[in-house]
Amino acid sequence: MKGLDNKRYMRRKFVNGLTLSLSVGTVIFALTFLIWILWTLFSQGFSYLTLDVFTKMTPPPGSSGGLLNAIVGSLYMVFFATVIGTPVGILAGTYLSEYGKSGWLAPTTRFINDILLSAPSIVIGLFVYEVAVHSVNHFSGWAGSFALSLLVVPVVVRTTENMMSLVPSTLREAAAALGAPYWKVIVNVVYKSARTGILTGLLLAVARISGETAPLLFTALNNQFWSTDMNQPISSLAVVIFQFAMSPYEDWQHLAWAGALLITLFVLGLNILARTVFRQNQSHS
Amino acid sequence: MSTSMSTQSLQAKISAKNMNFYYGKFHALKDINIDIPASQVTAFIGPSGCGKSTLLRTFNRMYELYPKQRVEGKILLDGKDIHSAEQDLNLLRAKVGMVFQKPTPFPMSIYDNVAFGVKLYENLSKSEMNDRVEWALQKAAIWNEVKDKLHQSGSGLSGGQQQRLCIARGVAVKPNVLLLDEPCSALDPISTARIEDLIHELKKEYTIVIVTHNMQQAARVSDYTAYMYLGELMEFDQTNTIFTRPSRKETEDYITGKFG
Repeated sequence: MKGLDNKRYMRRKFVNGLTLSLSVGTVIFALTFLIWILWTLFSQGFSYLTLDVFTKMTPPPGSSGGLLNAIVGSLYMVFFATVIGTPVGILAGTYLSEYGKSGWLAPTTRFINDILLSAPSIVIGLFVYEVAVHSVNHFSGWAGSFALSLLVVPVVVRTTENMMSLVPSTLREAAAALGAPYWKVIVNVVYKSARTGILTGLLLAVARISGETAPLLFTALNNQFWSTDMNQPISSLAVVIFQFAMSPYEDWQHLAWAGALLITLFVLGLNILARTVFRQNQSHS
Repeated sequence: MSTSMSTQSLQAKISAKNMNFYYGKFHALKDINIDIPASQVTAFIGPSGCGKSTLLRTFNRMYELYPKQRVEGKILLDGKDIHSAEQDLNLLRAKVGMVFQKPTPFPMSIYDNVAFGVKLYENLSKSEMNDRVEWALQKAAIWNEVKDKLHQSGSGLSGGQQQRLCIARGVAVKPNVLLLDEPCSALDPISTARIEDLIHELKKEYTIVIVTHNMQQAARVSDYTAYMYLGELMEFDQTNTIFTRPSRKETEDYITGKFG
């Protein structure tokens, strides 16, 4: 008996050690690349991240300049994409979680949303090009925002539905038992419980679209000059990085590194914000 | 059920007439006929899965939140069919309050938890609302414990306090009927005793129906007791009679612990 037990125990110990080292190994593997990327970005970009980057326009080749128009263009488009995409996403997520218990509409929507969630962003870009650029014969910031909003929607739909489904049904029953109409149950009780989760999803969606290039290439195009006219082609960090990094001019390449670092820091900041918001409120409830 | 399940002399607050209930295809309640007497405490007892909670949840149409659950037959509140077209669902639920097995404080302050239901149907001034909140918390015997932290979150209270907060919330809207679905099953003996005292207190003004797994509790708090088994109402009578001279062998077996 004892000998058998011992053998089994040793085997379990061995399997445990093996699995543990495999998982530690993969973590190190993944972290290596992340740190490598960050290191490259900082070492290449940090010295070019000067005040000029935030105050001057994108320069013609061979002269110095900054990224101001690209930063502002990105902020504009991300802002409007979020403003368009959020209500649609939250309402659709609410429908799926609260009303989609029977029938065919909710499962179909869920399925299509999953496809949209994993659709390559270049496909979204081409679609919006066909709908909102080709038809009016010019590129525009609105088309860019529209394309980005199509990336926001599925993320927000998914997180909203998941977070609302986590709210226990007893809470809904308790509110309904007081005679609250169902929309009040949702607004006053379910949204309140799921608020931080939904907000986290939203921040992650913003983080995702901040770095998108492909959907903007066909929609907002680019603009070398200062422009906040959403009806005109507008510059964006991602597209400027793409254009400048590919160029043979050193000034442009330096700006591309600075821009890449800037986006990364922005996304990193959003992620940290999302996490702290989520954690803070979790400890509350 | 051939025997008459009525409580002869008393006025019926809620009546079920030939009522059947289905979870999808599962026939959960079979031909229920019962008259719940007004201003009394009625207890539903029986083994797990016998349909006590299901029956309770038909009285405020709570089951309608779930598309696959349905009722056949009639349920009357004060003689009026609660499924009729004139009966507004939300008004019905405002009249027939419910407290659940697990405490369910809303994610808001203690004050707002109580005020939430009141705001739905009454437009009170700030001071009137303050009075109402205090009144409800007093009724639920929790005022002294929370009066200094009304604006703190309700989820910070202990389980027993949360449950009394939920009772306060139900009482605050001044319903006619209070449905209690195993309100003490998650509580310690002291909290349980307080809630039982509370039930005694509340029955002066409300018709109370309580589902309980605990037969001693049924004996302690109720005036009438219904014994249910496998979706059927086996026996319904004064609590005294049920616990001392049940007319059916099955009831006696359950009560004496030979079964269940």
